Amino acid sequence: MKRLFALAASAIALSAAPVAAQDMAITNATLVLGDGSEPIENGTIVIRGGEVVAAGADVTAPAGVPTVDAGDAWVTPGLFASVTTLGLSDVGAVSESNDISAGGAPFSAALDVAPIVNPSSQHILVSRAGGITRAATTTLPSGSIFGGHGAIIDLDGDANPIVESRAFQVVLLNEQGGRIAGGSRASAFVLLRNALYEAQALRGSTGTPQTTEIAKDDELFLSRFDAEALIPVLSGSEKLFVVADRASDIRSALALKGEFARLDMVLLGAGEGWMVADEIAAAGVPVIADALDDLPNTFEVLAATQSNVGRMMRAGVTVAISASSGTTPRNMTQAAGNLVALSKIPGAAGLSWGQAFAAISSVPASINGYGGKGGVFAPGAWGDVVIWDGDPLEVGSVPTKVYIGGVEQSLVNHQSRLRDRYLDLDESDLPKAFDW
Amino acid sequence: MAGRYRTGLRTKLRGAAVLALASSIALGACATTGTASAADDDKDAPRYAALTEDLGPFPSTYSRYPGRPTALVGATIYDGTGEMIEGGTVLFRDGEVVAIGGSDLSTDGYDVIDASGKFVTPGIIDIHSHLGDYPTPSVDAHSDGNEATSPTTPEVWAEHSVWPQDPGFTRALANGGVTALQILPGSANLMGGRAVTLKNVPARTVQGMKFPGAPYGFKMACGENPKRVYGNRGRMPSTRMGNFAVNRQTWLDAIDYANKDDADRDLAMETLSGVLAGDILVHNHCYRADEMALVMDMAKEMGYRVSTFHHAVEAYKIGDLLRENEVCSAVWADWYGFKMEAYDGILENAAFLQREGACVVIHSDDENGIQRLNQEAAKAQAAGLRVGIDISDATVISWITLNAAKAMGIDEMTGSLEPGKMADVVLWNGDPLSVYSRPERVWIDGALMYDMMDRSRRPVSDFELGQPGEGDVK
Repeated sequence: MKRLFALAASAIALSAAPVAAQDMAITNATLVLGDGSEPIENGTIVIRGGEVVAAGADVTAPAGVPTVDAGDAWVTPGLFASVTTLGLSDVGAVSESNDISAGGAPFSAALDVAPIVNPSSQHILVSRAGGITRAATTTLPSGSIFGGHGAIIDLDGDANPIVESRAFQVVLLNEQGGRIAGGSRASAFVLLRNALYEAQALRGSTGTPQTTEIAKDDELFLSRFDAEALIPVLSGSEKLFVVADRASDIRSALALKGEFARLDMVLLGAGEGWMVADEIAAAGVPVIADALDDLPNTFEVLAATQSNVGRMMRAGVTVAISASSGTTPRNMTQAAGNLVALSKIPGAAGLSWGQAFAAISSVPASINGYGGKGGVFAPGAWGDVVIWDGDPLEVGSVPTKVYIGGVEQSLVNHQSRLRDRYLDLDESDLPKAFDW
Repeated sequence: MAGRYRTGLRTKLRGAAVLALASSIALGACATTGTASAADDDKDAPRYAALTEDLGPFPSTYSRYPGRPTALVGATIYDGTGEMIEGGTVLFRDGEVVAIGGSDLSTDGYDVIDASGKFVTPGIIDIHSHLGDYPTPSVDAHSDGNEATSPTTPEVWAEHSVWPQDPGFTRALANGGVTALQILPGSANLMGGRAVTLKNVPARTVQGMKFPGAPYGFKMACGENPKRVYGNRGRMPSTRMGNFAVNRQTWLDAIDYANKDDADRDLAMETLSGVLAGDILVHNHCYRADEMALVMDMAKEMGYRVSTFHHAVEAYKIGDLLRENEVCSAVWADWYGFKMEAYDGILENAAFLQREGACVVIHSDDENGIQRLNQEAAKAQAAGLRVGIDISDATVISWITLNAAKAMGIDEMTGSLEPGKMADVVLWNGDPLSVYSRPERVWIDGALMYDMMDRSRRPVSDFELGQPGEGDVK
């Protein structure tokens, strides 16, 4: 029996070719809109042409549209993972397979992930099986303080994973940035400011760039290509994700908005954000924060607490839970669930269930420029739908079906195939190598 | 106490060190202070001599803190042995569990805590931690977990690197309900050194945390790390076969040493002799199934036992072998793919081992993961259920309590809620296998060490005083 089951599973895997989005309705769902509201009992969602048409308690499945009875199962928007390195490596510690950092390259801000995202990466397949349907992905700063152009991707595994290239640029204004820039945060700030002035000088000019490099000995911190790459950051058409954790670093990062008014800034990390939450809120700068960091791993996060996200939210800051809050992006759900648990502890700032779910769906989508499209069930949103086998924030819950843009996705990956092979250890007829 | 160092039990009990009794022997020796020992009359005795292993150097100075006789009433109890009691009662006093049972247990003479709707488990035990050896802040000056200067360093002891002010201990207590943990050397070396088991009680010294009577562990490592670290330096081992060759030759040397009655003292060989004698338990970092099988054969060849394979991401491929060899697997719920030897990690690892009747322990190896071992266990349980392996909640709790205690050799003292055992107890404000639950109170040897509802029962390390976030709920 088991052999037959496995054969059937692999046959499905092989036939999982891209198909067109199908119109559908899902009824009788424990429906999560993703907008911060609490789950809706007996909800219905309607998808047409790959987009959400309607979702809620008082929605009726239209006639002629295939309807799935969810049987009370949880149905949510797809999760939006930000910021990740999905599609950029196979095995982190196998350098040949790892494109996450380019420390030996003569480029930094000019690096661009768009042509190198591998939609067949196991990490993409595993994340998809965890309910993630879209993600922000980027190379990470290494040789200089700039990470390069990050992209928004979908996880549908087809030929084109890129939803938007050159969506954001990561810059380090933290301890690590100080080390990379020559040994002091002072240098990191000078490097960023002068890089933006170089970009300003280049804006609108064509032909040979006029800028000079910023270099010391063999270390190149900014090439002319990198300066050009910052032009859209300067104009605000490409977001600037500033990595800063220490309260004072956050203040200094926010102050850059006074000098470069059009920067579309997002704070990444903000480990001590709760200490300057009012200032972040006043600046209108959203935050993508690690949810569960509560240790002084460095001197820039002495005040780390799991209440950081909740306290910033209460101060009026828009906060998403970082996809790096767990060991893998799919553990975002666990991080969110932990912040709900926190609400029972005196002195802590926990989240409601709806807030917690939004912090891994609509809020990161919105911060990345996809408000109303990603991580939410609203008319016109992407038809990214996940049906779960339990409360999605509860540990152990996993998707039973994932749709991206209205297309049902395969949940098969290296892990699921190993699972199927080792459902037993029976080798009485043949070695395990024949069990596939 | 100084008198103890003048007493002259100078004969080496090499290979037969009674480590579990070492600290009580030391205390006994203390009682003889002031009387000249027989050796002082021996003209052939050397003028100088170090205290030998059998006398228990660096003895634990931990003794339990005061506690109230306490009755937890009306709780769902997972006792650590795999049993569950609904609406149960746990009684403890004078540092020990007195009784566990139903609502008919008399609570006369106990402070009664209404635990209805709540859950009680034994204190959580992490078999694999580097707290104190790799403390936060994670600066180079604190990097004391790997003596990566030789592929075999059985002579180093993890306890000599432990910084008791690591704030990570307090987080493991408050958020994870961790009451005991094993601190291991890192995995750069084939033989990394001795591991130490601690009570998760704040102390000024590591001796103040050492778990009285716990045997030492011995850290070994398979695979990529040793061959990478030393291969990159152009020295042996640079391959997996080199790993085994160095290990086997070292064991042969240890056997020779242990067989000699008059060998000069050698710290490395003393540790290996303790392993051969069965007094020191081997904890072997090993990811791949095929390597674990080779290690088990090496252990047979050399005459030692492996207590536990740590990380063991491919243990599910050889659950039968692990059961037959009575070796535990300490695993994560879902870590995978971060290095080549972790490429085949799957969510069902623990459940597949349980299916085979092999010993399962969930471990952290991480200052964050140690705060959520209960959640990791729950993830592994759910993965099993999805493929038809139904493992009871009470059994899953044993993965992070009694099974860990057994693998660390402390199961006679802690790991389950049984009369006479240490009152290491966690009261959870909900099902510990749910993400929505937290430790509400944690007792160690019957002393209340954490209370979620009471700021004054929240430990704060020296490091955090006068700094942002001091005493904050973390």
